[in-house]
Amino acid sequence: MKRYLLILLAALASLAVCAALALAVIERPEARTDLPRVVAHSTEHAGAPHPITAVLLDFRSYDTLLEVAVLLVAVVVALALREAQPDGPDRMGLDNPLLRAVMSWLLPLMVLVAAYLLWAGSTRPGGAFQAAAVLAAAGVLLRLAGVRLGGFAGERGARRLRALLVLGPAVFVAVGAGTALGGRAFLDYPADWAGGLILAIELALTLSIALALLSLFRLAPPQSDVERLPERRRRTRE
Amino acid sequence: MSATVLATDALYAWVGVLLCGLGLFGFIIHRHLLRRLLAFNVMGSGSFLLLVGLAQDGRGIDPVPQALVLTGIVVAVASTALALVIFRRWHRVSGESTLPEDV
Amino acid sequence: MSALPANAFDLLLGLGLIACAAGALLSRELFRAIVMFIVFGLLMALAWVRLRAPDIALAEAAIGAGLTGVLLLDTLGYLRRRFERPRPSPPSAPAAHTSDKEQTRS
Repeated sequence: MKRYLLILLAALASLAVCAALALAVIERPEARTDLPRVVAHSTEHAGAPHPITAVLLDFRSYDTLLEVAVLLVAVVVALALREAQPDGPDRMGLDNPLLRAVMSWLLPLMVLVAAYLLWAGSTRPGGAFQAAAVLAAAGVLLRLAGVRLGGFAGERGARRLRALLVLGPAVFVAVGAGTALGGRAFLDYPADWAGGLILAIELALTLSIALALLSLFRLAPPQSDVERLPERRRRTRE
Repeated sequence: MSATVLATDALYAWVGVLLCGLGLFGFIIHRHLLRRLLAFNVMGSGSFLLLVGLAQDGRGIDPVPQALVLTGIVVAVASTALALVIFRRWHRVSGESTLPEDV
Repeated sequence: MSALPANAFDLLLGLGLIACAAGALLSRELFRAIVMFIVFGLLMALAWVRLRAPDIALAEAAIGAGLTGVLLLDTLGYLRRRFERPRPSPPSAPAAHTSDKEQTRS
């Protein structure tokens, strides 16, 4: 009985939201400014000719900076929730020769695609986020195949990981502070440096975002599941 | 908007409206936290579609909402991953996959 | 700028999006719900292409369908593994076991 009441309530609530949004779609007010034209006009002076990259890293770079900060905060919370246990052998090692063989073909390709996306981002669809997503996917694949990323193991590795995680926001803030010290507004690049600065920021962002996504994935499993792996393998073979 | 034919962008804006409603419905009726996460993501996708579709309807490509949605997608995946980390931790501590207030 | 009229493909894609979302939200089995959600993400990538937003389509295909799917499936695998474990059982374990299982299913 109570369940039906809940469903009724949910249906009512979602209908109300639908109605409100539909009203917004039908009664859409006229735009006060023609944003596409403004963007098209000012893209000529921006550091990147591709309008979306220009919006992301030039006109609205505050948004992007804060977005990377959000990612960083997410990783920090995940790190804080991690259980104090030694980093055991990899839980997810599927240890399959076929997977490893495919990976040895796939990984260089994925890194290449990521580099291309990053580079193409200034003139064509692509950019730091897409490149970072592909890199993170490559890292997840590595992890599924049970390959450990040796550079990030142990005390020094953890420190290195944190440094790389902070690299993106740090470069971003440094550029912003640099422009502010140079007498311009925060993150307002000088015209002839804009291209280089944006590329530098994108490079740092790619590394940081990829590592952040990967470590959010890596931090999830509790380490004590390790000893259950052989038993699971036996079960899948049966 | 041209009167008789529905424009592509407007169509996707409408799909976004429906997805928002559907997501909210799922979010309310489910108690399992993973299902709530799915519903939340569906709702997010709906609002992204609505944002871009509505802005582009009858005006052509608009890079500003597209860039905002790009940012939003990355934030959405980060929050999903964080929610999963917290969910696992909660599950490990309590053995439950729902929150006690909801019972 | 004249608006492009929606064609049959758009309609089909819109319906597919809603159907997949409904499948992801209303399926009985959690595994099926997650798979439907991954399909939903892939269809979203197509929708972004139709909205002339190739940047978002790239990001959605890599993130929405790929990474989120892996994360969700990994969590599901984790839940299942926890329940299938032969517990070094304290006396009240069997009851807790079945009720937990119901919770992951429903």
